[in-house]
Amino acid sequence: MGRIEIITANTAAALAAKLCRVQVISAYPITPQTPVTEELAEMVENGSLKAEYITVESEHSALASVVAASQVGARVFTATSANGLLYMHEMLHWAAGSRVPIVMACVNRGVGAPWTILNDQQDTVSQRDTGWIQIYCRNSQEVLDSVIQAYRVAERIQIPIMVCYDGFILSHTSTPVDVPSQEEVDGFLPPLEDRSGMDGHTLMNVNPLILSDPRPDPEGRLMPGYMEFRYRLQQDILESVNEIKSADEEFSAIFGRSWGASVWTYRMDDAEHAMVSMGSLASECTLAADQLRNEGVKAGVVGVRVYRPFPRVEMVESLAGLKTVTFFEKDVSYGYQGALAMDAKAAMYDSEHRPLISSYIVGLGGRDVRPDQLAQATLKCVGGETKHCWLDVRDL
Amino acid sequence: MPTSSIRQLPKTEMILPGTRSCAGCGLMLTYRHALKALDEGKTIVAVPASCMTVLHGVYPITPVKVVCINNPFAATGASATGIVAGLRATGKTGYTVVAFAGDGGTYDIGIQALSGALERGTDFIYVCYDNEGYMNTGTQRSSASPVGAVTSTTPILAKLQHKKDMVRIVEAHNLPYIATASPSFPFDLYDKFKFAKDVKGPRYIEVHAACPPGWGFPNKDLVKMGKLAVETGIHALFEISEGKFRLTSRSLALAEKGRKKTVADYVKGQTRFRKISAENLSRLQDFTDKRWNDLLERHFKDNP
Ligand SMILES: Cc1ncc(C[n+]2csc(CCOP(=O)(O)OP(=O)(O)O)c2C)c(N)n1
Ligand code: SF4
Repeated sequence: MGRIEIITANTAAALAAKLCRVQVISAYPITPQTPVTEELAEMVENGSLKAEYITVESEHSALASVVAASQVGARVFTATSANGLLYMHEMLHWAAGSRVPIVMACVNRGVGAPWTILNDQQDTVSQRDTGWIQIYCRNSQEVLDSVIQAYRVAERIQIPIMVCYDGFILSHTSTPVDVPSQEEVDGFLPPLEDRSGMDGHTLMNVNPLILSDPRPDPEGRLMPGYMEFRYRLQQDILESVNEIKSADEEFSAIFGRSWGASVWTYRMDDAEHAMVSMGSLASECTLAADQLRNEGVKAGVVGVRVYRPFPRVEMVESLAGLKTVTFFEKDVSYGYQGALAMDAKAAMYDSEHRPLISSYIVGLGGRDVRPDQLAQATLKCVGGETKHCWLDVRDL
Repeated sequence: MPTSSIRQLPKTEMILPGTRSCAGCGLMLTYRHALKALDEGKTIVAVPASCMTVLHGVYPITPVKVVCINNPFAATGASATGIVAGLRATGKTGYTVVAFAGDGGTYDIGIQALSGALERGTDFIYVCYDNEGYMNTGTQRSSASPVGAVTSTTPILAKLQHKKDMVRIVEAHNLPYIATASPSFPFDLYDKFKFAKDVKGPRYIEVHAACPPGWGFPNKDLVKMGKLAVETGIHALFEISEGKFRLTSRSLALAEKGRKKTVADYVKGQTRFRKISAENLSRLQDFTDKRWNDLLERHFKDNP
């Protein structure tokens, strides 16, 4: 049986890694991720977690070392934020291309320069094309549960997963979290199947990561080339929605909590107007929706939980036929607009009932976002005025 | 007893015909003897972007009979640490983890990860095969290139700076075993790898691996060029075991009796030095002499 603890999202992530019986951990400290590295180090040193803890000299090395450990058959974990994540950029591609089931906690923080330690999601959103699955969490309970689900998904399909949560807003805020027992987690997550290719003591002399064109191996089997490898990664990520869904369903059967696979909705049954967002900001949108409902506006929220693979079908189903949709996001694709709005609009192109759309960039570098601001911006769109702009930016 | 005859080397070839390295490649000869010393079916090599990647071939065809884990250019030390940790965490025992990186992947982009792995005490052998340039990308300068060498990024003025003293940097990490070697002295190389295999903790071996196309000499002169490097003191053969320094092989013989050849003898056979000025030649000679004298002093101090 689980027990309720008052903990931060960082502690929830660390506890989840422990409950998943990770075998190799490697991480490099960066605010606001630091407590994750520290708490896991402490668990390893005090013997409550039997794992190898690699104290690396950089994030590039953190990810490089867990990729290699995963390649020889270990269940691995790492965590980072902001510039640390960007420093891993080369290794992010490498991890996905190596098809290793790494789970990484990404504590969202604005990217320097200029420096900020506070939250936005530019760091992870700008890594969306690296071949990782990305999950954005609403609260600390979802962080804990998502890390556990992520191992199950990653190991079935051999694709690495980022579990993203907002710096400080979640990472450093204590809330009640139901921490499951080890037995419950063991019942959900089987031990890692060793795919290292080392059977007992013999090693195969393969060198699996330099691929050109398909060519026959010594037994005459046609082995994939670079482009086939990339194609397979794309197909497998697209199909991962099924694994993500079934993981959440089975998780819910054991633990009694469901996070709604790729997309979750709030008061959308009879809604005419939607707010769309990710992470803790999407939770904030639910408060704005309540406000609007009190004012007689039929508003609801569509929260994107899994941003890659992009939940195209779910987005279209939940947004088509509405009168207005307003996006709120803490990132920007420079030279264009918010990445989430851009992706969602592309998904809705084929829909017959296209709603009016507005999109707002909000809360960069920890700028406060209040529910009433979200409600007001939504009302503008409800009133027929569509905008693509930044909310609460001081035009100096 | 040091190896002194070819008949003492294992007959097993871990590298089969069909590698993609150039004819007369010093790396290839190094790897061949190193694997003879290391392999009992339980060697895992970590390889960054380099000529070594090319040598290993394109999946699924590889002429090398060991497991190779490719890693990005900057990550070799970290990858090796990850392999060691992963093996330990999953209870796989008896493996020798070896990193094999070029001078670019060691002296330059990989130095941070290497330093990290050495400081952490990772139980592995790090091999730097030093061909004094970025050969895989077409002979650009690295911080291991010697002064006066023309490279494709020092095409007109030739390299202005001396080579970085990597072994001293490595030594500052307090390793149990450090060695230099040359494929032109294969028994010495073989013995050092064989010894290193059984040492616990981080070990570093730097091999001076001549490169015919990169340096500009005929393929057939590979062994000769490697020997000249040792006989001029450009590359000295030694080992530092638990802090104790010892010249070995031809360098030991040179120290005890005989005379170094001049650097001019070495540079004249290589087109990369075609533009070396008199001033740079004398800088290279002075640099070589100073280093050689330091090594001699150290040798006689530790081996009175
Ligand atoms: C991050 C990164 N930068 C640049 C390269 C391109 N690159 C591949 S190999 C190489 C040079 C390798 O030189 P060295 O390590 O000396 O090995 P060699 O090719 O001489 O065997 C370079 C620059 C790369 N693969 N990755
Ligand atoms: S370029 Fe030089 S080091 Fe590279 S394979 Fe050819 S000979 Fe060997």
